[in-house]
Amino acid sequence: MVEWLAFYNDWAVIVIMMAGFYIMIARYNLVKKIIGLSIFQTGIFYFYVGLGKVDNGTAPIFLEPKVIDESAANVASGIAEQTILYSNPLPHVLILTAIVVGVATMALGLALIVRIYEKYGSIEEDDIQAIDSQFICQLDDKK
Amino acid sequence: MSVDAIVIEHVIVMVLLTLLIVVAVGIIILNDLLTAVILSGLYSLLSATVFVAMDAVDVALTEAAVGAGISTIILLGTLSFTKRVQKPQEHNNYAALIIVVMTGGALIYGTLDLPSYGDPNSPANSHPQLAQHYLTESQKEIDIPNVVTSVLASYRGYDTLGETAVVFTAAIGVLSLLGLRRRRRKEDPLLTDKQQRKQQNEDN
Repeated sequence: MVEWLAFYNDWAVIVIMMAGFYIMIARYNLVKKIIGLSIFQTGIFYFYVGLGKVDNGTAPIFLEPKVIDESAANVASGIAEQTILYSNPLPHVLILTAIVVGVATMALGLALIVRIYEKYGSIEEDDIQAIDSQFICQLDDKK
Repeated sequence: MSVDAIVIEHVIVMVLLTLLIVVAVGIIILNDLLTAVILSGLYSLLSATVFVAMDAVDVALTEAAVGAGISTIILLGTLSFTKRVQKPQEHNNYAALIIVVMTGGALIYGTLDLPSYGDPNSPANSHPQLAQHYLTESQKEIDIPNVVTSVLASYRGYDTLGETAVVFTAAIGVLSLLGLRRRRRKEDPLLTDKQQRKQQNEDN
């Protein structure tokens, strides 16, 4: 394959991560920020799982050796004598944990957003900051 | 599998990742939050297919169930409590764009000495005490055909225990924020008149 195509997956993952990062910095809407956070996370997931992929490999679930040996297509392509290659299971385990933890974080963030909306009547960061500074001014006036 | 099959596998992953980039850009552009949430559900389903193409079937199942299912539902629930449309952007985003491009450039520089995609001899895939140990010994030691399950529940059991603790903490947090003592909000100076009237109606 062409030289630079070898890096295409890594670069695509970085573009995805940076898209999430951009949403988190540039958008003031809090729900949008949470969506950006989850996009950023999935970028990291692809990177990890991609590192564990093995060419010609299959999912790391042990197959009965017979199934491979006797299938006609494998005999024809001469793979019957080879050992079965499996992809690396370790990144899969780490990412399984990360997905669940990510959703837990997301639920907590969204609960905070609902509370913020109840108090401030807005989920835009700049509105919330304006209300905050107004409130602080009021407190100073009372003193 | 022949060389052509490997090329096709690589191309499938590339196309799926490109589709993911398109969906992510759509989420950046759109102002309607409901559309953005639905796009994020689509994004999770697409990422499940990417994980299948990368041989991570367990991760794909989790992503389809948890990412596309639960997180879309809780996002929709949040939208039903809050607003559907985000305020039009009035500030300029040049600083954010510069930061993002610089970070991305640094990360791309970091990828240049990574092992190529699908390399069976990369350090991560050939380490004798990690991946190779799990793949050769776990059938004898744990006797579960799915290696991911045996690593998750046995070799890295404490990891999973910690994950459970995190989920438990998050559940307590969500419950204490939303579930308990909802009626403690009277005479709040931050609320507008309209909202105070609304609250009084609710209290009555």
